Amino acid sequence: MTTPVLSETSDLALRFPGAITADARPGYSGWIVEKDRLIEIASALRDEMNYDYLSSVTGVDYLPEEKFEVVYQFYKTTGGPGVLLKVQVPRIDPVEVPSLTGIYPGAEFQEREAWDLLGIKFTNHPDLRRILMWEGFEGFPLRKDWKEAYFDEDAKPFKSRWPEGRHTPAESKNPHGDNINYPVAFDPEKWVPEGEEALYGALAEYKKTDETGFGTDHIVVNMGPQHPSTHGVFRVAVTLDGETIVSLKPVMGYLHRNHEKIGERNTYLMNIPYTDRLDYLSSMSNNFGYVLAVEKLMNLKPTERADHIRVVMAELTRISNHLMAIGALLNDLGTYFTPMLYALEERELILDIFEAVAGSRMMCNYFRFGGVVRDLQDDIIQKIKDLSFERLPRQIDQLERFLSENEVLLSRSVGQGVLKPEDAIRLSAAGPLLRASGIPYDVRRADPYGIYERFEFDVCVRQNGDIYDRLMIRFDEIRQSIRIIQQAIKQIPGGPVSAVKPAYQVRVPPGEAYGRVEGPKGELGFYVISNGKSAPWRYHVRSPSFINLTALGPICVGLKIADVVAVLGSIDIVLGEVDR
Amino acid sequence: MNEMSGKGILKGLGVTLKRFVDTYVDDLKWLGKRYGTAEGIAHRSSKNGKGIFTVQYPEEKLPMPEEFRFVPFLVYDIGEDEEIVMRCTSCGICSRVCPPQCIWIVRTVDPITGRPIPDPAEFYIDADVCMNCGLCAEYCPFDAIKMDHDYELASFGRNLFDKEKLAKPAAYYDGIRPINATRENAARAAKEAARSGHNE
Repeated sequence: MTTPVLSETSDLALRFPGAITADARPGYSGWIVEKDRLIEIASALRDEMNYDYLSSVTGVDYLPEEKFEVVYQFYKTTGGPGVLLKVQVPRIDPVEVPSLTGIYPGAEFQEREAWDLLGIKFTNHPDLRRILMWEGFEGFPLRKDWKEAYFDEDAKPFKSRWPEGRHTPAESKNPHGDNINYPVAFDPEKWVPEGEEALYGALAEYKKTDETGFGTDHIVVNMGPQHPSTHGVFRVAVTLDGETIVSLKPVMGYLHRNHEKIGERNTYLMNIPYTDRLDYLSSMSNNFGYVLAVEKLMNLKPTERADHIRVVMAELTRISNHLMAIGALLNDLGTYFTPMLYALEERELILDIFEAVAGSRMMCNYFRFGGVVRDLQDDIIQKIKDLSFERLPRQIDQLERFLSENEVLLSRSVGQGVLKPEDAIRLSAAGPLLRASGIPYDVRRADPYGIYERFEFDVCVRQNGDIYDRLMIRFDEIRQSIRIIQQAIKQIPGGPVSAVKPAYQVRVPPGEAYGRVEGPKGELGFYVISNGKSAPWRYHVRSPSFINLTALGPICVGLKIADVVAVLGSIDIVLGEVDR
Repeated sequence: MNEMSGKGILKGLGVTLKRFVDTYVDDLKWLGKRYGTAEGIAHRSSKNGKGIFTVQYPEEKLPMPEEFRFVPFLVYDIGEDEEIVMRCTSCGICSRVCPPQCIWIVRTVDPITGRPIPDPAEFYIDADVCMNCGLCAEYCPFDAIKMDHDYELASFGRNLFDKEKLAKPAAYYDGIRPINATRENAARAAKEAARSGHNE
């Protein structure tokens, strides 16, 4: 007798009786899975139902109920809605959940993050170390009972600000001018960073024996955190055999500020300007993803005009981000700033529009629940038309003509740093990185949000998955974005730009929501849990830059050390979003 | 693809050469007015702009759009006896809506009755913490706190702004944001008229 092939998620409950139950809490969806059967059920999801893409893994601390929950978002790369699995474990250390890295390697960094910030141990994880905090950090900061030094209050607004106004900044309370808690019996003078040993140990596991029998040693090289090609404070530790990379581990967290903890103290509205600072090159898209999640919770629909404006802004952001990515990648490949500045010129014009519309070039803070802050004036609509119909198409062609046939560029990028399509899916790669490897997966088409299903555009895809394809796909995507802007700006209707009266305190019913958009760097998701209070109970960001870095190691093995720079540039990361 | 014919390189160099020539052609067309004039700056960053693009800050500055926002300031009106009348009523909405919580206010209390008076005794903004999001100005019901256009704030110390430093006249606000100011002034006048109509 053969096992019946699963076609519906409801079949899961029949196939695994007792191990899986529907999540019946009001406002929640998905399935609660027994932790011992998780691997089995996830394998069935992947192999029989084609949920081959693990988009997001995160944990939730339900302090009042004394339990942790690990939340998994699965999708099909062929499109359609996803499946939400949850594992609940009692809140008693050690908190253990089986790791999914064996079947979904893309979970690696996300599980490390959940361990780092929530203290959930993933058994059989190949390299479970802290990822954003440093080894030796005391406690798990995202736990609800963890408090930082000079803790003010659990939720904003803080009472010390009004009406008595007796606030003194934290650093003035400390003779050393910092605000760090050291663990008991910790002496910074005598401390030896044990994390480094663990890191280099993890690298050594990949060590291969030399078949020639020639007596050579592998050497460990640290690139970064201060390195001009890492696009910020980012470090890669590599073991080298000569110039060839044997293994590579990204090291991050230098810009970590616990965005999610801040987000759980903020009111819903306050989080919007904070999302600007995630991927600071594409703040409009970040706003979009976050308001989408909260609007799902509030069951709110923006007005028609606001919907159009959102699409225009999100696509302008994509263009400006890709211009930056192209410019930076070409810089990394050694063209000293000329193409970078050509790209920045067009980006500058887009930022001028953002400045006139939102008030700021990069920290736009433009979206609100139910619409946008203010209307587009006619002169700005004219500017957008001028750009999208005349200037941008011309200038993008020029930028492409400038280098895309350059022999030096071709020899450094064609066939280099290949990410195979099956690996791209397994490693949860998203955005241009995934599509350059031949997987036509774009959230705007696969699971449309906003009003994207009304517009005509192609999902860009390239087949080779090398550095050159990842460069060229950004040109393709810019052209598609221009197409979308042209349609949206032509048919933009009149009317109000907000569906509700602007209010600084919004009522968000209890429940959970996952809002995801196709950000310029890939799938950007916001997982928000409300308990009916003014601040979200849980606020998690599925950041594409962070998860795309999972693929950096596998791509780089076998390449030369100088190619790491090009590969990293072609992935296109922003450290504000990687480290959060 | 990999043969080093050099055709692609020459093609690329053609692009830079064209741009080099474009700059001088444009310079000639504008006869020296391309730099240092408002029209020149506007032209360079328009759809027709060709060649060099850079705005030579601080000799030249980009025009600021009305909505541009930087660290907030407090608006005051001039009363009948030339006295300063703060629009702020210390209601505290700005300090409560502020995401980084960089605004703190001391409310004035009547020393006899102990009841609050709608006027801030002290008003602080920590400009080094301020993230220029503009939410305070967006939700202020009295048009009392507005975002500034002055972005040249570099200093050697901590920028903790008090009431004196923050207060700016309504005429200044009307100057930097004419369209918004006209709309808001009209709305306030209408409200005032409605209220006095009720009283009669």
